[in-house]
Amino acid sequence: MLSVFILAPFGGSVIAIFFPSDQRGATAWFAGAIALICFLVTAGLYPFVATGGVLRFELDWIPELGLNFTLRMDGFAWLFSALITAIGFLVVLYARYYMAEEDPVPRFFALFLAFMGSMLGVVLSGNLILLAVFWELTSIVSFLLIGYWHHNAHAREGARIALTMTGMGGLAMLVGMLLIGRVVGSYDLDAVLASGDAIRNDPLYNAILILVLLGALTKSAQFPFHFWLPHAMAAPTPVSAYLHSATMVKAGVFLLARLWPVMAGTDAWFWIVGLAGLTTLLLGAYFAIFQQDLKGLLAYSTISHLGLITVLLSLGSPLAAVAAVFHIVNHATFKASLFMAAGIIDHETGTRDMRRLSGLFHYMPITATLAMVASAAMAGVPLLNGFLSKEMFFAEAIETHLVNALDAATPYVATIASMFAVTYSLRFIHSVFFGPLPSDLPKKPHEPPRWMRAPVDFLVLACLVVGIIPAQTIGPFLHTAVVSILREETPSYSLAVWHGWNIPLIMSFVALSGGVGLYFLMRSYLKTGIEGPPIFRLLQGQRIFERVLVTLSWKWARSLEQRLGTRHLQPQMRLLVFLALAAGALPLAVGGFRLPQLVIRGIDPAFALLWAIGIACAVGSAFLAKFHRLAALVLLGGAGLVTCITFVWLSAPDLAVTQLLVEIVTTVLILLGLRWLPKRIEEPETADIPLKVRFRRLRDFLLAAMAGGGVALVAYTVMTRPLTPDTIASYFLGQAYHEGGGTNVVNVILVDFRGFDTLGEIAVLCIVALTVFALLLRFRPHPDSLESPEQQRVQNAYDDDHPERAEGESVAEYLHIPSVIMRWMFPVTGMLAAYLFLRGHDLPGGGFAAGIAMSIGFILQYMSGGTRWVEERLRIHPLRWMSLGLLVALATGVGSWLFGYPFLTSRSEYASLPVIGKVPLASAILFDLGVFSLVLGATVLMLIALAHQSVRRAARAHARAARPEREAAQ
Amino acid sequence: MELILSAGIGALAASGIYLLLRPRTYQVIIGLSLLSYAVNLFIFSMGRLRVNAPPVLEPGGVGDLLRYTDPVPQALVLTAIVIGFAMTALFLVVLLASRGFTGTDHVDGREPPRGD
Repeated sequence: MLSVFILAPFGGSVIAIFFPSDQRGATAWFAGAIALICFLVTAGLYPFVATGGVLRFELDWIPELGLNFTLRMDGFAWLFSALITAIGFLVVLYARYYMAEEDPVPRFFALFLAFMGSMLGVVLSGNLILLAVFWELTSIVSFLLIGYWHHNAHAREGARIALTMTGMGGLAMLVGMLLIGRVVGSYDLDAVLASGDAIRNDPLYNAILILVLLGALTKSAQFPFHFWLPHAMAAPTPVSAYLHSATMVKAGVFLLARLWPVMAGTDAWFWIVGLAGLTTLLLGAYFAIFQQDLKGLLAYSTISHLGLITVLLSLGSPLAAVAAVFHIVNHATFKASLFMAAGIIDHETGTRDMRRLSGLFHYMPITATLAMVASAAMAGVPLLNGFLSKEMFFAEAIETHLVNALDAATPYVATIASMFAVTYSLRFIHSVFFGPLPSDLPKKPHEPPRWMRAPVDFLVLACLVVGIIPAQTIGPFLHTAVVSILREETPSYSLAVWHGWNIPLIMSFVALSGGVGLYFLMRSYLKTGIEGPPIFRLLQGQRIFERVLVTLSWKWARSLEQRLGTRHLQPQMRLLVFLALAAGALPLAVGGFRLPQLVIRGIDPAFALLWAIGIACAVGSAFLAKFHRLAALVLLGGAGLVTCITFVWLSAPDLAVTQLLVEIVTTVLILLGLRWLPKRIEEPETADIPLKVRFRRLRDFLLAAMAGGGVALVAYTVMTRPLTPDTIASYFLGQAYHEGGGTNVVNVILVDFRGFDTLGEIAVLCIVALTVFALLLRFRPHPDSLESPEQQRVQNAYDDDHPERAEGESVAEYLHIPSVIMRWMFPVTGMLAAYLFLRGHDLPGGGFAAGIAMSIGFILQYMSGGTRWVEERLRIHPLRWMSLGLLVALATGVGSWLFGYPFLTSRSEYASLPVIGKVPLASAILFDLGVFSLVLGATVLMLIALAHQSVRRAARAHARAARPEREAAQ
Repeated sequence: MELILSAGIGALAASGIYLLLRPRTYQVIIGLSLLSYAVNLFIFSMGRLRVNAPPVLEPGGVGDLLRYTDPVPQALVLTAIVIGFAMTALFLVVLLASRGFTGTDHVDGREPPRGD
């Protein structure tokens, strides 16, 4: 049942994306329906939760790491789910009317639903790591939501700041969670909640506390991380109404409350959380007074109210925790309605600037009344829900919890902060709805559409009802939530409106009258219209943030780069080789290395000769690579052939076949590339090579020799040790036939046992081929290599000199007989490829080898006939082959699901074909067919793309040559 | 046998690494190819050297390491050969594009003040 909360919003999000962008209504109804369904499911679960039951949904994820996809709903999670889904539904309804014609609405609702899903995930997670995952998801989706109007620089900036702050906090929290898991031995929330003492007494407690608090306090915009929230106001108002009332910022206090039973009650908790909360409470309220933007005022007020909740949670007393949960709900209701009201004002007047707004009561009396009631709740006026939780807060503030200065200061700070709250609430109402009629508004204001105001109606009604008869309305739900956090510690409390004449009531009166007085005292200052509070406006969190970012990501990075970096490749390569050498040598030096006995017996002279040639080829190719490229290439091929023969010699026929074929293709490829490289003619080696160069070469030589020697030594040492018999090889050898259905073990490993690796590998090949293709599409050769090669010029000149010959004849006749043979070889090559492919499962061969063999067939045609000749006769679609191959390979893998087996399980049969005889017909052969098709496509694509360059060049040069003539003729 | 092959691997690796440290792109591509031979042979040799024992079973048979050589390094190397080919192709094209854009075949994309 609980999985609905995750599946519905995320699934809905994916579907919502596909709505056409002109279907505003339909998308909104769809999103609203999802939210409503989630809410109804929540409501339906209440009877079970109310009896103290805990719903669980568990799915194995990575059980080895203690990671399960556990969802868990207790009373507290229920309360939050109800808030998230109910306010989510209202916000969707509101957004339906708020979003403008030109906004891409499907994206909005898709993100909105994804955010709802992430938030539900956070509150329902029954596993700390899962919680962290959803936590980061809320950060990411909120980034996208805040930056929804991404054409707006403020929105981008705000989104970036919010993501950086909450993302970093989330990362710290994840580390904290990992530490908790280490202490408790499990990430399961129930296990964690049951081991509070173990956590509090652990030496890691302080580290855990700080890390987890970093996550919670950044998310809840607590001082000194508060500044992201006002910047997030660049988001569309429905987003603000949702993120900053019921969800995003509440995630932080949710986490504090969730972990309250296991982490609260210590001095460290009290000081860190309390100090952050009190500072935020006071500063947020103070800053809010001086905002000129409606949403800015609400943003700072949100910060302040979150501070209040944080303070309550810091106290470590059960009664305070009750008040905190109560205030979470209350704040969500009145703040959501206020944000919506601010959005309505913005929507109907075209501005949110309080300096321009006034007298709106005249135009929108109903909205004004609603906003007034909600503001009164925000200010803590009696008979409204804000009053009740504020009274509880005052009662807790005067209580002594720990004897220290912070605790002693709490009641005074609380009173002053709520005085400020009264002032800014009054300012919000008075400056917007009263005073002279507005003169310079962008639009003529009027009441919003009926249904745009409906969510506000509902929420304000909730404020009133809860404020007047709390015990009958919110009482039971609150109690369920509180019991699930505090369990046996649950205190007795009463949700009455009237508690008699007591100190909290006096504090409320002081705050109310003081706040009103303060407002009238400050009116003249506020009239000046200066943005931001005095003194503090100079000290902007955002600017500090920017400076830190610039220092970290630019200044430090640059100085590090200057010190350590280089723009030259060679020093980097040298460092790389050196480090690799050191990394290889270190374990040998530390772990001890026994030099093997040198055995010179039993050397096969033929093998020795073979490698004498191989070594000569390698060294020669290294020597000649600079000035004699073709010779170096030939020698490279020689070394490759020696490698190939070694494979044959040492029982690796598959490798030999593949190596040989790859060798051919590589050589052709490099040959095609040689034409585009600059000419380099060897100068006679004079004696005056600079000393620096000599030194460099010597150093490189020594480095290379050391690396080569080291590799040789390690290889020799390993080779002369006996093989331990129980390697995985025994398994593969033993099972290849019975489970893989093939006798060629190497091929069975590739297409069956390790088929998934092969799938990845052909995907890499595919990507490389496409990259090569794309790079060559934009290839612009250097002007030096534009003209035709020397040989062609000579041959064409010969044609020109002989009147009986047409131009290009000599080129066409060049190597005529070999090219005829090559043409005729095409079917033979094809046959060879088919042969290699079919025998692959049982004998050396297989998809790789066959694919490359076939591509050699094609490339031979290109070489013999020329590009144009081939393409007039053969239609080659390497891209289709590649995609077909990848699809076939994937489909084979997926196909095994149909039979209830894991991905890529293969099934084998032998089929008798006429003439050919018995053919192994494992489903792996289909997979191998995919490999074949993809390798063929990729290889041909790369070769052809490179070969085409000459044709393109020639065509362009020809066009360029023709143009002046044509211009001359005109 | 082992001695010769390890000497060969060493020579291939040393030539490859020396070329890797050279300034011209063509040298680097040849070096990479040589180095990949060395690495492939090195991985292959980890299964020990066996003559006349290819890992191809008799139909219906069950293999063991006494009669057949180790197939695992071979499977690894087979993959490595193909990936090595892809890498060479990609590098070659990057080399050509770099030469086209910058006009030089120096690995830094510009000629050093004095030739090496």
